[in-house]
Amino acid sequence: MTAPEPTRLEPPPPSELTAPFWDATRRRELLVQWCNSCDHAVFYPREVCPTCLGDDLEWRTAAGTGTVYAVTVEHKPMDPRMRDQAPYAIALVDLEEGVRMMTNVVGCDPDSVTAGMPVRVTWEALSDGRNLPQFEPAAG
Amino acid sequence: MGVADAVSPTGVLDSHGRALEAAVVKEALADAGLTLADVDGVCHPMSSIQFAEYLGIRNPVFTDSTMTGGSSFEVHVEHAAAAIAAGLCDVVVGVYAGTPRGDRARGSRRGPRGAGNEPLLEWELPYGIRMPMGPYALAADRHMAQFGTTSEQLAQIAVTTRAWAAMNPKARYREPITVDDVLASPMESSPLHKLDCCLVTDGAGAFVLTSVERARDLPKPPVYVLGAATCHGHSMISQMADLTVTPGAVSGPAAFAMAGVKPGDVDVLMGYDSFTITALLHLEDLGFCAKGEGGAFVEDGKTGPGGSLPMNTNGGGLSYTHPGMYGMFLIVEAVRQLRGECGDRQVSGVEIAVAHGSGMVLSCMSTLVLGTEAAL
Repeated sequence: MTAPEPTRLEPPPPSELTAPFWDATRRRELLVQWCNSCDHAVFYPREVCPTCLGDDLEWRTAAGTGTVYAVTVEHKPMDPRMRDQAPYAIALVDLEEGVRMMTNVVGCDPDSVTAGMPVRVTWEALSDGRNLPQFEPAAG
Repeated sequence: MGVADAVSPTGVLDSHGRALEAAVVKEALADAGLTLADVDGVCHPMSSIQFAEYLGIRNPVFTDSTMTGGSSFEVHVEHAAAAIAAGLCDVVVGVYAGTPRGDRARGSRRGPRGAGNEPLLEWELPYGIRMPMGPYALAADRHMAQFGTTSEQLAQIAVTTRAWAAMNPKARYREPITVDDVLASPMESSPLHKLDCCLVTDGAGAFVLTSVERARDLPKPPVYVLGAATCHGHSMISQMADLTVTPGAVSGPAAFAMAGVKPGDVDVLMGYDSFTITALLHLEDLGFCAKGEGGAFVEDGKTGPGGSLPMNTNGGGLSYTHPGMYGMFLIVEAVRQLRGECGDRQVSGVEIAVAHGSGMVLSCMSTLVLGTEAAL
């Protein structure tokens, strides 16, 4: 069986550092790193904590809920594979754990996404069995 | 000074990339009796901005990615020493990690970042964000959500800048436009319309800087560097703590303090306008108006011809030229305004001009305060 054609620029194969994050997406589980030295969540994944340079970082399952900090609706994607998906919403979402990630907000009119909107994680299948974390409105 | 190194008699290190850089930085700081929080300057032969973001070095005000091969680090010390002596910064870290043997064993020839993918490829580009427009659109959205800034207000910046371009025979676009024209232009990355965005043109520029003594003997009147400061924050927009405050809020006041001037003393502002929102953020961060009030500030066209704060008098990145890295043209126009060489668009009595550059995705700001003899 051939793998499905990618419908977007897919993230590269995980590095040793990021493998736990991407492996968890196969189980539709969102992980963030936690610094045990200074008790902060860390995202994007790093080898050292950007607050204290500690290297005692562990992976924890995130609640998967957060709030939109800012959003843009893309009308003319750079990636030709995404042109027929436009317009779509790209947002910065503040996770409950206190870190921010870029994502798409799906499952609603992209123009209805606003800063302050509560959202929860949902998943889009990638061509290699991983899933890309996406968010959808949490209310309703 | 504090120093550290990491080597092994086997010729191979287990650690590599940023982890190795972090380890030697941590050890060197400990050696110096300092902490990460003391660091306000960074040197890295590849990318001081990505390095600083990764390690969490907040808002360094001295940054050097000079790459001269094996001598890069001596050059970094030279530049850092000069910067510290000049009062630009207090504590600079420089770093290098190269692991060719370990990389070969790991099957990687990519070197310093072998431990990870390019973060942008892994954490931002898969979401279909358009570069560089998307990050600026997010900043504009946040400014609107937080302060009530409107698309009409952003559009006014494009309209006003076009009015300057109309007086510049070399400008790419010179036809007057209206706020309605901007709003009617196609939506690109919301809330930015096509006319909120800079041009794509060819272009080139250069400057020559010499000592005050030599400059005074040269044919044209000297332009003096009265103040200069730089600061960077994030590398990726998702790592920018507050999308409404750029590192210009550090570099601007620092450059003004060095020059001994206040925003009210500035006769011409050349503020990097990759997008209308970029220029608006500069007005706030440099102190021409309060944070959040940029929209109301530009509404009456006071940054246009005849206004109280002439801004981007060449027509800017929005209407004059933008070959990709536009900062050179800010300096060129500021110098010409100070020398009275700008023809129809010349502002009268210019003694102080500011060239404020913006790099990457609102990541690195550098402010120059330039002046004539009269400003000394």
